[in-house]
Amino acid sequence: MSRQALLCALGLAAAVIYPLVAPNYLINIGMMVFFVAFIGQSWNIAGGFAGQTSFGHVVFFGTGAYTSTILQVTYGWNPWLAWPAAMLAGGIVGWVIAFLSFRAGLRGSYFALITLAFAEVFRILANSVPFTRGGLGMLIKADQRPINFQFKEPIWIYYIALALCVISLLIAWQLTRNRFGARLVAIRENEDAARALGIDVFAEKVKVLTLSGAMCAAGGTFYAQKYLYIDPSIAFGVDKSVEMLLVSMVGGAGTIFGPLIGSVALTAINEITRWLASVVPALKNVQPLSLVVYGIMLVLIVARLPDGLMGLFRRKPRHA
Amino acid sequence: MLDPQIIFAGVLNGLLAGGIYVLVAVGLTLIYGVLHIINFAHGSLLMLAMYAVFFLWRLIGIDPYVALPVVIAGAFVFGFVLYRLVIGRFSHGRDENILLITLGLSIVIDNVALLFFGGDTQTIDVPYAGSFVELGAAFLPLPKLISFGASLLICAILGLYMAKSDTGKAIRAVAKERQGARLVGIDVDNIFAISYGIGIACLGAAACLLMPSYYVTPTSGHAFVLVAFTIVVLGGMGSFIGAAVGGFIIGITEALGGLFLGEQLGQIGISLIFILILLLKPTGLFGSKA
Amino acid sequence: MKKHINTSVSRRGFVAGTTALASSLGFPGIVGAQPAAIKVGLIHPVTGFVAYNGQQGRLGGTMAIEDINKAGGIKSMGGAKLEALLGDSQSKVEVGVAEVEKMNEQGVAAYIGCFQSPVTIAATQAAAKYNTPFLVDVAASDVIVNRGLKNTFRLMPGFGVCVDDGIANLGNINKAAGSPAKTAVIVHESGEFGTGTAKLLAGKLPSIGIEAKEVIAHDNPTRNFDNIALRIRSIAPDIVMMSNYQNEYMLLARTLFQQKVNVAGFYSILGGGFNYKFVKEMPDVSQYMMDVNHWFNPKSAKAQELKKRVEAGGALFTFEVYLGYSTALLLADSLERAGSADKAKLTDAIASSTFKAELMPYGPTKFVNGQNQGAKPAVMQSIKGDIEVIAPEEFASAKAVFPKPKF
Repeated sequence: MSRQALLCALGLAAAVIYPLVAPNYLINIGMMVFFVAFIGQSWNIAGGFAGQTSFGHVVFFGTGAYTSTILQVTYGWNPWLAWPAAMLAGGIVGWVIAFLSFRAGLRGSYFALITLAFAEVFRILANSVPFTRGGLGMLIKADQRPINFQFKEPIWIYYIALALCVISLLIAWQLTRNRFGARLVAIRENEDAARALGIDVFAEKVKVLTLSGAMCAAGGTFYAQKYLYIDPSIAFGVDKSVEMLLVSMVGGAGTIFGPLIGSVALTAINEITRWLASVVPALKNVQPLSLVVYGIMLVLIVARLPDGLMGLFRRKPRHA
Repeated sequence: MLDPQIIFAGVLNGLLAGGIYVLVAVGLTLIYGVLHIINFAHGSLLMLAMYAVFFLWRLIGIDPYVALPVVIAGAFVFGFVLYRLVIGRFSHGRDENILLITLGLSIVIDNVALLFFGGDTQTIDVPYAGSFVELGAAFLPLPKLISFGASLLICAILGLYMAKSDTGKAIRAVAKERQGARLVGIDVDNIFAISYGIGIACLGAAACLLMPSYYVTPTSGHAFVLVAFTIVVLGGMGSFIGAAVGGFIIGITEALGGLFLGEQLGQIGISLIFILILLLKPTGLFGSKA
Repeated sequence: MKKHINTSVSRRGFVAGTTALASSLGFPGIVGAQPAAIKVGLIHPVTGFVAYNGQQGRLGGTMAIEDINKAGGIKSMGGAKLEALLGDSQSKVEVGVAEVEKMNEQGVAAYIGCFQSPVTIAATQAAAKYNTPFLVDVAASDVIVNRGLKNTFRLMPGFGVCVDDGIANLGNINKAAGSPAKTAVIVHESGEFGTGTAKLLAGKLPSIGIEAKEVIAHDNPTRNFDNIALRIRSIAPDIVMMSNYQNEYMLLARTLFQQKVNVAGFYSILGGGFNYKFVKEMPDVSQYMMDVNHWFNPKSAKAQELKKRVEAGGALFTFEVYLGYSTALLLADSLERAGSADKAKLTDAIASSTFKAELMPYGPTKFVNGQNQGAKPAVMQSIKGDIEVIAPEEFASAKAVFPKPKF
């Protein structure tokens, strides 16, 4: 345990020092790694720990991005104040979706599909209703001052992403220690058995999706503040749902560090294949290759490491 | 208020569109019913089949309808081999692994297509593309009428095959009771691969029927996937008849939603049906208890 | 900001191990042999949803850079060669911005890109942090140049200008035919580009005596245009106006043909699919369709020569190609005048450019807030399997056929 604590402390120290020595583009990549790990963790808490696989997690992401952006652009809120409001909105959407779906008794693939459909409904609505400006998207006025949640130096946005990631790791860590987390794992392993043990399965599942939704919405606001522009397909597109699911599953669903490891791995694959395409002249015009490699590696990881990359770090493989 | 003539024409258009949806959905529901997996690579495989149709026409001038048997057979073999070599072998029988593997395959296939075929939009211009049948206010394009009829025919043949043939019976046995089927001596892995192959063969048929009135790019298969998921859920996951009925319901809903709400909002109709069915009757119209 | 640039340069030491930088640091050692190459970042979506357009844009940019180098590079800088760094935005905003950051570290003098408006909005913003000039080759949104970024320049017209010119020309065409058109239906893709164009169109059509009866949005991708065709038939407008990307444009055009939607004219604003391929592969469908779009100057010998070269290479001469090509020429011309790849000097040189965009049917280049005021779209019509320019007058190669005969 102390060895692990030491490793964590070293890792954190490295992450804090990193932007002081790395060039800007590597800081930017680091920021993306932590950001994706953070939204991946929001997926992991529901999909990994509690076993409620969602295909449409982007619905929370987009809700957060749009809520804070609308409050800021249309109603003149300060983005720092709009941030908790966005989380609240994400939590509410999470609660509603969970309430409806779990009340109807949806599990497994059925739950996965209904989240996908909710995301699609939100995307079409965002495209159609006037207060999101429809397909025109929403542009946040560039005014690079910290009070506006905008930074000239990439190092600050990096630290915010890092902080989000650390907080999400702490939440996941708590879930491995407290009773709520234990109940979630019981639900994941066998819902009927959990119910027989006296666990209020419905309430716990609603709770975890609300938490997950609020976290993911925080990621949405972060994204909007970093790129200063959102539109319906950015905010509610299926790509982000897949990304969150991928990093968790590849890294190791239901583990504390799974999403972070997955995020590091996927970024590394992406950068390495891009780099290969840039140094081997024959591959100059074939950048799709990077995504081909990415897909093949994904398949191989699943085939060889059924517990995700985290499986590598365990002394004894869990699967029998 | 819309003219009833127009509504009538809209319903007809919806039915014709539904014909193709049925084929795509039947493949998906078969794979789900037997293997209990959601085939994420469905859209990519449809796209691949569409390229096959395109190249058969462009390179050797084979009409897409003439190409039907070839593409169906090719798609079956491709699906069968893909399951044998990749999906079945790598998944270790875990559902979430299959999901990830089909997702990974979809990424690979899309980008290999982009690598070799380029991102350009490809179309087939058949001489009968502009022919149509006039029925009241509706102008029914000949290619769409043909695809409607052919798709019904193919589904009927497939239904018969599932009901009567030995393989069909074995597939149904595996779908119902995996362990039991194994015990009575059915080679379950082989049945899995055959089912996957048949599911992909349906896509091959859909590709032939689509190409005279659609286009193909490396991402064009995905447009049909969400709608296919909806149909599968609406009809009841794993249900054959359900997929057929669901396909037409969705086709008509889409058409009427488009007419009344506008094309953009009309698409919401599909997702709302999807959500409502899941919430109120997750087994769908014809599904057995999940 | 000045300080910032310095620190980012000094940081290069940390990544000297990477190959790209090793080569750039290695060159100065061979003093006098060859001036250091000027790096130009080309960022296009060569994978993903609009991969084809991105690849075309990249083709244009890289061809221009090869031509410039063959012709002796930038003479005022001792014949310095241009070096293209190829970036892929993967059609994603985050990836586009990451490419900007990466190329900044590799020391680019300027960027060219990015086809999609959302990616371009974010990428120009990211480049502005380093005061690096960003030349937009294709991206229609007017927000890109309207929000006061000093580093951002666009040679081509935005959709505001395209709509204004398109409307004015439609008014002329209609008047010349005795004003048969009174009503229109607008069909547009639901993204930023289509929605923005449609909004402007609906507001401005009345000024030429045409009423917009209905505005129909559709998704990307749309599986089926039968119902839109049906609606259009039930409204029976005189003109159908479209604003969408390639796939949907082609599908819609084909559906309108299949469904025999007979109107006086199809008139698209920035119709993504109006190109040689469409016109040649579907001559019946495309016959007499009109489009307001970026087009090369058919009377320019240089443009015709480039067209031959592009086609000889098996590609199509689409607007991404010649806009990418022209934008790279503008950059080379500005470097020539600045005599330096210094960002501030280069920015000033671009801002004060009077570059003659020979390939394009443009007036003299003059940038106001980063937008080239000389930029103009052309109006084309598909006539018998070929594309003719029908307006503006001085570039026209044929007369408009309007109203068109029935299908």
